[in-house]
Amino acid sequence: MTKHKWMLWGMLFAICTPFALIASDETREAPLRFEENKHCFQCHSQKFYTYENEVTGKTDRKAMNPNFVYSPEAFYEGVHRNFACTDCHSPDYETFPHQAELRFEEMYQCLDCHGGDPTYAKYNFEVVEEEFHKSVHSTRHSEDFNCWMCHNPHSYKRMTAGDHSISEIVKYHNQTCMGCHADSYNFQRISDDVKPSLQNIHSFLPNFELHFSSVRCIECHTSKLDTLWVKHNILPKEEAVRNCVECHSTNTLLMGSLYKYQNLASRKERGFLNSVILNEAYVIGANTNKFMNLGSYIIFGLTLLGIIIHTIFRLKK
Amino acid sequence: MSEKLYLYPVWLRLWHAFNALLILSLIASGLIIQNANVDSMLLRFDLSISIHNVSGVLLSVNYLFFILGNVITGNIRFYILEWKGLMGRLIQQSNYYMKGMFNGEQTPFPVNKDRKFNPLQKVSYIVAMYVFVPLVIITGLALIFPETILPRVVGFSGIQLTAMLHATAGFLISIFLMVHVYICTTGKPISKNFKSIVTGWHE
Ligand code: HEC
Ligand code: HEC
Ligand code: HEC
Ligand code: HEC
Ligand code: HEC
Ligand code: HEC
Ligand code: HEC
Ligand code: HEM
Repeated sequence: MTKHKWMLWGMLFAICTPFALIASDETREAPLRFEENKHCFQCHSQKFYTYENEVTGKTDRKAMNPNFVYSPEAFYEGVHRNFACTDCHSPDYETFPHQAELRFEEMYQCLDCHGGDPTYAKYNFEVVEEEFHKSVHSTRHSEDFNCWMCHNPHSYKRMTAGDHSISEIVKYHNQTCMGCHADSYNFQRISDDVKPSLQNIHSFLPNFELHFSSVRCIECHTSKLDTLWVKHNILPKEEAVRNCVECHSTNTLLMGSLYKYQNLASRKERGFLNSVILNEAYVIGANTNKFMNLGSYIIFGLTLLGIIIHTIFRLKK
Repeated sequence: MSEKLYLYPVWLRLWHAFNALLILSLIASGLIIQNANVDSMLLRFDLSISIHNVSGVLLSVNYLFFILGNVITGNIRFYILEWKGLMGRLIQQSNYYMKGMFNGEQTPFPVNKDRKFNPLQKVSYIVAMYVFVPLVIITGLALIFPETILPRVVGFSGIQLTAMLHATAGFLISIFLMVHVYICTTGKPISKNFKSIVTGWHE
């Protein structure tokens, strides 16, 4: 092989390595506490569970409270995948029947572990908490509404960690909200109100389905001034975005929120600001393509010029 | 050559009038939507969307009316291309528009009861009515029912591609419209063709 070819191979390798590293991020190592958790999951991932009845000496088979059933797959995809159940819950849960007082156990909050820790500085936990406390959820329901309401302790995962498309991100984020707002059972765990369906509330939007699958609820329900990628300050409904051109224009608010993370990522890779919008969704008004615009002005101008020249000749005759 | 010909029956004139109005409304609302911005809007975005959608659906219905009318009344015969020698005829007609006309020559393809359009007119009407308009209608209806669109086509958003095709077809129709209206002024007197499409009679 010539020297040049070697150089080419070297370059190819150098270019590919980062991608290979990113890809390998997906196939992460086995979770640390997998074996320990098997014991809890034996019951807490099943509809029915069995145990040895020490009094009768028989094996009883009982139905599990469906709210206490969690998927191990989801748990091990989540941010706390390396945890043992007993890191957050009392080790006394190892015994069954669980002791009655365990029920009164006080749960950790995010900030108990993440507060003031420089490892997590990039997530701005303190700012998020502050924002959350300003939100309608917190102000109207104080303590009963906490971070765990949206950050399911047994499945919350970070969408920016994997290579997710915008529509997947939107879906995941919106499911968080719909978990309550489209499910009266969950909603009523917190409030006795009965709300009209989301579709009725948002009847001002045409193509309801399409909008809800391509923009996040928080795009309209948080402040535009907030600069975090996941804004936590849900505003009262009167302040929600209703004006179509906030999104449907070249200076679309989506650039600073939903598309922000992907834009930053893709700008690094491709140096092309519009790349995400161009590939992911078509936002009327926001997707004006420079080249198509230029082309159409030129054709329009030439046609007009042709007509004018022709008219002049007709007049001269 | 001063015989009076009844070339534009009532149904055709009605179709044409609606068609022209709807296309104008579509172009105007389409431009507003496409150039939307936060500070200055000629018309509210959601209203423009509604106008655009309603006009589009009416245009589609009107288009069906055009096709049916053409087939039933036989008006379609004016749209059938004689391929043989077409190129020569097109050049002949172009020459008339580019030179002959200014020298006071007679049009090479005068209108008679079997020939409503000159070759250039015919080709441009065929392209507009059987390529651009159907394209704009199909892509437009697809955008109203986005669930019918393939979500991804070779890595691009299907909606994105459909919308680009739609905007391009719309743009080409606008260009056609400019040229069409201008060419119609070449009658003698200038108002002649416009009178025809209103009264139905070619004089
Ligand atoms: C033999 C089956 C079984 C095993 C093993 C088991 N649990 Fe449970 N767990 C249950 C049942 C049944 C309930 C609901 C009734 C109750 O509270 O006793 C429950 C309830 C709970 C609750 C909710 C208590 C409340 O009422 O708020 C927690 C938390 C819990 N388990 C954690 C654990 C953890 C952590 C482990 C593993 C260390 C574990 N469980 C192992 C069967 C089991
Ligand atoms: C990161 C901390 C954390 C880990 C790890 C964790 N949990 Fe939990 N768990 C919580 C919190 C917080 C709650 C209370 C949630 C709430 O208030 O909605 C909870 C609630 C529960 C409940 C009761 C649900 C209810 O509605 O009262 C059960 C059962 C449970 N966890 C089982 C488990 C099992 C089994 C595991 C291990 C597979 C586990 N948990 C791991 C934090 C954790
Ligand atoms: C019991 C302590 C504890 C609690 C409570 C807790 N976390 Fe964590 N969290 C951790 C630890 C430790 C890690 C690192 C896990 C690892 O590296 O495997 C972590 C990881 C994370 C990560 C991923 C960080 C990364 O760079 O991968 C996020 C995001 C996160 N937690 C958010 C939250 C949120 C939101 C809450 C509250 C809803 C919360 N955590 C509650 C201890 C906790
Ligand atoms: C109304 C629902 C909701 C509540 C309440 C909530 N969050 Fe979140 N939060 C989300 C969603 C949705 C995400 C996005 C998850 C993702 O895709 O990474 C998120 C993301 C985060 C992130 C990661 C941001 C990033 O850059 O990846 C942190 C940190 C966080 N939340 C902390 C908190 C804390 C702390 C609280 C409580 C003070 C809280 N959240 C309460 C919905 C909520
Ligand atoms: C745990 C359930 C739950 C989750 C998850 C949840 N909400 Fe709510 N939300 C509520 C409840 C309960 C209310 C009613 C507050 C009240 O009492 O008026 C509410 C109220 C609202 C309101 C109305 C405020 C008003 O002015 O009436 C908005 C907007 C809202 N939520 C948006 C969201 C968004 C966006 C998300 C996702 C990021 C979300 N919610 C997630 C339970 C939830
Ligand atoms: C295009 C912007 C937009 C999006 C996207 C959006 N909303 Fe809204 N939402 C609004 C507006 C505007 C209102 C106020 C409607 C009114 O008061 O008539 C509203 C009202 C609400 C309310 C208050 C209902 C009531 O009357 O109490 C809730 C709850 C809500 N939205 C939840 C959501 C959820 C959940 C999502 C995501 C699945 C979402 N919204 C997405 C703009 C939006
Ligand atoms: C929060 C941002 C946002 C707001 C506010 C918003 N839209 Fe949209 N809209 C979008 C996005 C994003 C899409 C692109 C969907 C796709 O291609 O996946 C879209 C698509 C559309 C479409 C195209 C549907 C199709 O068939 O392709 C129409 C029409 C539309 N919006 C009208 C409106 C109107 C009218 C309003 C105001 C009442 C409005 N939108 C408000 C973000 C928004
Ligand atoms: C303000 C707009 C318009 C004006 C003033 C106008 C004017 C005219 C006139 C004067 C004629 C008769 C001359 C002829 O037969 O060539 C005509 C015919 C015709 N126009 Fe237009 N036009 C307009 C818009 C349109 C549009 C938007 C379309 C299609 C997209 C269109 C398609 C046609 C067709 C197909 C004919 C021939 C109809 C037939 O006889 O079968 N016109 N138009």
